[in-house]
Amino acid sequence: MIRILALAVAALATALPAHAQKKYGPGVSDAEIRIGQTMPYSGPASAYGVIGKSQKAFFDMINEQGGINGRKINFISLDDGYNPARTVEQTRRLVEQENVLLLFQSLGTPTNSAIHKYVNAKKVPHVLIATGASKWADPKNYPWTMGFNPSYQVEARIYAQHILRNSPNGKVAVLYQNDDFGKDYLAGLKSGLGPKASMIVREVSYEVTDPTVDSQVVDLRGSGADVLLTFATPKFAAQAIRKVGDLGWKPAHYLTVVSASVGAVLAPAGLDKSTGLITALYLVDPTDPEGSRLPGMKAWSEWMQKYNKGADPNDQFHVNAYAAAWLLTEILKACGDDLTRENVMKQAASLKDVQIPVVIPGIRVNTTASDFATFGEMQLGRFDGKRWVPFGELLSGR
Amino acid sequence: MEAFLHQLVSGLAAGGIYASLALALVMIYQSTHHINFAQGEMAMFSTYLAWTLLQAGLPYWVAFAATLGISCAAGMLIERVLIRPVEKAPVLTVVITFIALLVIFNSVAGWVFTHTVKVFPSPFGAGLLPRNPFMSPHEFGSIVVTLAVLVLLYAFFRFTPLGLAMRAAALNPVSARLSGIRVGRMLALGWGLAAAIGAVAGMMVAPVVYLDPNMMAGILLYAFAAALLGGIDNPLGAVVGGFVVGVVENLMGAYVIGTELKLTVALVLILGVLLFKPAGLFGRAVVTRV
Amino acid sequence: MPLLPKIAPAPLEPTLGRAAMVVLLLAVLCVLPFVLSDYRTFQLTQAVIYAVVLLGLNILTGYNGQISLGHGAFFAIGAYTAAILMDRWGVPYWATLPAAGAVCFCFGFAFGLPALRLQGHYLALATFALAVATPQILKYRKLEDFTGGVQGIVIMKPDAPAGLPLSQDQWLYLFTLAVAALLFLAAWNLLRGRVGRALVALRDHPLAAESMGINGSLYKTTAFGVSALYTGVGGALGAIAVQFVAPDSFLPFLSISFLVGITVGGLATVSGALWGALFIVYLPNWADEISKSAPWAIYGAILLVLVYLMPGGVAWMLPRAWALVLRRIRSRGGAGPGA
Repeated sequence: MIRILALAVAALATALPAHAQKKYGPGVSDAEIRIGQTMPYSGPASAYGVIGKSQKAFFDMINEQGGINGRKINFISLDDGYNPARTVEQTRRLVEQENVLLLFQSLGTPTNSAIHKYVNAKKVPHVLIATGASKWADPKNYPWTMGFNPSYQVEARIYAQHILRNSPNGKVAVLYQNDDFGKDYLAGLKSGLGPKASMIVREVSYEVTDPTVDSQVVDLRGSGADVLLTFATPKFAAQAIRKVGDLGWKPAHYLTVVSASVGAVLAPAGLDKSTGLITALYLVDPTDPEGSRLPGMKAWSEWMQKYNKGADPNDQFHVNAYAAAWLLTEILKACGDDLTRENVMKQAASLKDVQIPVVIPGIRVNTTASDFATFGEMQLGRFDGKRWVPFGELLSGR
Repeated sequence: MEAFLHQLVSGLAAGGIYASLALALVMIYQSTHHINFAQGEMAMFSTYLAWTLLQAGLPYWVAFAATLGISCAAGMLIERVLIRPVEKAPVLTVVITFIALLVIFNSVAGWVFTHTVKVFPSPFGAGLLPRNPFMSPHEFGSIVVTLAVLVLLYAFFRFTPLGLAMRAAALNPVSARLSGIRVGRMLALGWGLAAAIGAVAGMMVAPVVYLDPNMMAGILLYAFAAALLGGIDNPLGAVVGGFVVGVVENLMGAYVIGTELKLTVALVLILGVLLFKPAGLFGRAVVTRV
Repeated sequence: MPLLPKIAPAPLEPTLGRAAMVVLLLAVLCVLPFVLSDYRTFQLTQAVIYAVVLLGLNILTGYNGQISLGHGAFFAIGAYTAAILMDRWGVPYWATLPAAGAVCFCFGFAFGLPALRLQGHYLALATFALAVATPQILKYRKLEDFTGGVQGIVIMKPDAPAGLPLSQDQWLYLFTLAVAALLFLAAWNLLRGRVGRALVALRDHPLAAESMGINGSLYKTTAFGVSALYTGVGGALGAIAVQFVAPDSFLPFLSISFLVGITVGGLATVSGALWGALFIVYLPNWADEISKSAPWAIYGAILLVLVYLMPGGVAWMLPRAWALVLRRIRSRGGAGPGA
């Protein structure tokens, strides 16, 4: 009897309207939510700085539309120059001085590695960080850190699946950037190929300081491979595609989604040389005429024109930026008036089948308390000379 | 064997890039006896100017010529305003001035043109070279341009009175002044020419490595190695040095040490040349009287 | 255009006034961590670390005239030595400092040997090449077991010993301050005596100095070694403060910012290291407000201004500005109405 009474009281208590209990973490008031970010606006990775700029534009739009549950977003994005020591300094400034509620889309793997222990010790949500390294989805040891990009290993495993299916006797060559980015992909590929990892006959790396990767591509061709995976950032991917075309080499060529932008990579490399490329997609490419008809992309396009005027509409970075910012907004909305750091993480870890408007329909975000990987599936697409044409069903790389 | 040939040709193509920037370095050294650390960034900035002109709709060769003119004028201005006052200052002051220029050009380029990677067109169409797997028309074209610049420079210094005056001003400014040569003007001209050559280098490089503020960062060190190897006061040496550095770097990367230590190759080359043969392959050894 | 003045070394003789200032400075510095937040204390720790580094660079470049654009390499070697010792072999943090110093001294001395044959521009170029090549060497696959490759090494920050009621940041700051004070004292002692004069003589009149019996080779290579030692100790402290080392923390721009630091602070001075350190730690934060690209453009502009107007840097300007102020006060007080 008493148990039933207790249950009834509990049910009543939880049914009470949320706004009767406002709970604020640091950086939150009735009027604003403070969000922190470190981004490379200068230095060797400064090309990625546009992501932060775009996100500022997104939050400007949200603020103009009334904010999140009536609170404006105060977005504080600081430059770390891709220098991990500076990331530590700027992050400490954000957490200890600017008093932000959470850190959003901090960019880079070595930079985020530098603050990984710190944010978890200080219990600051370190969410939707802009890197696909697989080590961020580790809720057991680092419960405050969550990535956004589909993990590089997830993507590579998807390529491995396709290779095993379509070129089971092929010889595989890999071009990869000599840092976390490239090495993580390589590791994912090897794990995806499993016992058939011996299919890899040559793996060659390049440095971001190399002027060209021509020498590497020549080397890879010399290995006699008929399958090539290019794990390169945009500039070098374009060079590689161009050189492969110039050499007259026609392998089954897989390209990382990071460099799949038609405007920024394939066009400079040569659309004819890019025909036949395969990638794993999750964002809609802005140059895709079919994708542009989606209501989400229409909204994106309007946002670009109104709030992000100087930005290049063919650049997929802006879709990426929009997607992450949109997801954060949803997480914060879901928090309601309980804007504590704990609740932010709880909401971030309870995403169920969330379809981000600028992500390919069908690819949904799913997180649980034990699985922090936001995207588990991707869609393979082949370039036909004009756009990425999706084929096959969604593949999972979890 | 075919792979080796590919690497060799690839190295020559890369070497062409280093050679063109090395030429600009040698030009400044010949006229002022200074090593211009900011040469790469100046070249990059000139390339951005060219890009702006192209975006405005100018045809390629018009934009090319205009960029050369603007760069030359800008180089002369920099010499007059920034370098001339520190001409006689301790070397440290001069080096600091160059570093300041490097830093300013790099950050202003990022500020004005943003850091997004831009595409720079190549003027060399497919007609220049029959389609072959070894070298693209652009790579061939830029090597031809580099050699053309070299020949023009040689002719200029050897056969024109102005060239002779510049060489005199660099070699012995006091005597040159006594002979009626306006030494200050020669120095400015030297800088102007170097800036123009740098602009050519930038415009040849950008189609290959794509245009962004950090474009020259990877190339500058190799260009230094090339210039030193060939002899820092010898334009022919710079070009030969460029090709040698390109080929060596490629071959070592492919067959010996792997692609992960290419910059170390450049470091070792620079140190080696400086220690064992500071005059380089073609330079003249300078003897200082005590 | 007039000739720029040669940068004479600042006077280092101990006077009562100077001693008083140093004591006052130390007192203020010791009190600060208890007044400021942890984050500010962390920033101040970085400033002290850079002061040590800049002092090292100044010994080599300011006093001895050997231009180095590559001190970032020694900073990196010191940092990695500390990180590897702490992470792989569990060496306590304070013991890594002498190790880092020793390792860097050896590297510095070794680099100083070929550097003997290089002058001015060429030495700048050679050290620049070193700075550019360093990150790649740190990422090298074959050394990955040691260096952690591109992932870097994470290290733990030390706690205050024996239950002293200090936070980690406060303790680390005081520890760094103590080390820095010792190193500054040693350098000051070295530079104000025979060694300092020999270094300056070698910088300004190398031939005359050698003919007077100064062993140029020994002094110059040792200067390189000592300079690297200081920078290496700074690097080790830096690694402990930041708790992380990775190749991306040691790019060529770091070496350039060191050069900027000693130029701004004052070449051939000891106090210049402090001013320069404050400059490179606090300017980027301030310049960020203006524009994201601004800090480096401002660095460049300030460098140019200094080169023409104030080649001795802040350390040179301050006493003169102070003297000017004093003179104004005295003349106003002595003659003229309405004081």
